Amino acid sequence: MLITCPYCGPRDVSEFAYQGDGNRTRPDPSSTDSEAWHAYVYERPNPAGAHNEIWLHAGGCRAHLAVVRDTLTHEIASVRFAREHGAAPHGRRKPGAKA
Amino acid sequence: MAEYSVFSLLRNALSGNQDWKPAWRKPNPKPSYDVIVIGGGGHGLSTAYYLAKEHGITNVAVLEKGYLGSGNVGRNTTAVRSNYLLPQNTRFYEHSMKMWENLSHELNYNVMFSQRGVLNLAHTPAQLDDYARRGNAMRHLGVDARLMTPSEIGRRVPGLDMSQQARFPILGGLMQESAGTARHDAVAWGYARGADRRGVDIVENCEVTGFLRDGDRIVGVTTNRGEIRAKKVAVAVAGSTGRVMQLAGIERMPIESFVLQAFVSESLKPFLDTVVTFGMGHFYVGQSDKGGLIYGGDLDGYNSYAQRGSLPIVEEVMSEMLALFPSLATVRVLRSWGGVCDMSMDGSPIITTGPLPGMYLNCGWCYGGFKATPASGFCFAHTIAKDAPHEFNAPFTLDRFSRGTVIDDKGQGPTPRMH
Repeated sequence: MLITCPYCGPRDVSEFAYQGDGNRTRPDPSSTDSEAWHAYVYERPNPAGAHNEIWLHAGGCRAHLAVVRDTLTHEIASVRFAREHGAAPHGRRKPGAKA
Repeated sequence: MAEYSVFSLLRNALSGNQDWKPAWRKPNPKPSYDVIVIGGGGHGLSTAYYLAKEHGITNVAVLEKGYLGSGNVGRNTTAVRSNYLLPQNTRFYEHSMKMWENLSHELNYNVMFSQRGVLNLAHTPAQLDDYARRGNAMRHLGVDARLMTPSEIGRRVPGLDMSQQARFPILGGLMQESAGTARHDAVAWGYARGADRRGVDIVENCEVTGFLRDGDRIVGVTTNRGEIRAKKVAVAVAGSTGRVMQLAGIERMPIESFVLQAFVSESLKPFLDTVVTFGMGHFYVGQSDKGGLIYGGDLDGYNSYAQRGSLPIVEEVMSEMLALFPSLATVRVLRSWGGVCDMSMDGSPIITTGPLPGMYLNCGWCYGGFKATPASGFCFAHTIAKDAPHEFNAPFTLDRFSRGTVIDDKGQGPTPRMH
């Protein structure tokens, strides 16, 4: 599988570290809404088909990437920098974003 | 009256083997059943078997989208063990082990269960301490476990590189002698025949395409072979759990699906009479009675529903094997394949009523479902028949994640691919 890093170009999957599901957004750290935390920590859409996910180009530019990949065929529909995608890697808020 | 015996073998040999009954019928689905089990894998078939045998519920259909044995029950590496740390897991898997010990007799079908032991190798002092802790936890609950010294290991597994020049020198290991392997296809076929003879309809090539509802309640399924109604619908579809639950309108589950690869080498003379696992990576190997080495390693590291694997993991598994057994460098690989694993958030399974009225759920087996086959079916059948869990599966609820009672044997946290 090749992932086309927007910065480095097409690279072998072994250069990348999978960071998991890119659909979730971390609740505000001061939130006490246990359902929201439960959804963030434990619940996954796990689709058979197009899947939003976060990859780290660990063996390259070290950018977090928002990838849309088909879980049945491994075909990659799009790769963007995660910061542009908006779903920040691991729920980190964008700099300057409101809590 | 046993269907397979010395006498039936002789009788059928004399009549040219023309009179054997098929092990299971090929029935068309009836319009309705008491219980539908979705998924004709090991767990679905054993569930149907124990529903009929233990609870007298014989008006049951098992719906399988492919052919029997086409899923994970025919794709695993056949190891059976109960070497867990946490008591919930140990009790459940040890119950399974007890059922394995009598399974060939119970089913009158030779599942070739062989208690040849499973040895976990330790390569650091800390790992050996951790194995001592796990071994003590096992012994505390009545499971056999024994720490082995390097010299004992060298005698037991002569092929291992025991030298200090090994990539990761072996400092010891944890052995469960009562663990071992079983013939995976035979388990599926034996349970299928046992269920069929008790009246269960096993319907192959019957894919569930949706659920029938009466209000909130699940009252049946739609399939490519028409609508089938049922009082109770049980889901035991392993790697396809996400897909099937989405048909029921449940969009999110505490599960991610990953591919796990397995490999078989060409046949060798007897080389390895136990199952060995590597402690510095994810690798395990055993030898089948036919002589092939059966081995595997880590998951392909990203969500996948493709029943085939990627090359980086092939390379990793082979290099791990050679780190342990340098003499295998010239052995050829016969074939490899992949199976889709339903990795749960804490690495432990889910066997429960719900999540919808009329529905029962069995999933989250990660890559350890095969050894659980008897206990999983036994407990799931109890849960379906009584609408309440058996004591062995009571901890394995779906709501344990929201209640904070996760069963995380590895202490890994909610990253399914790491379990």
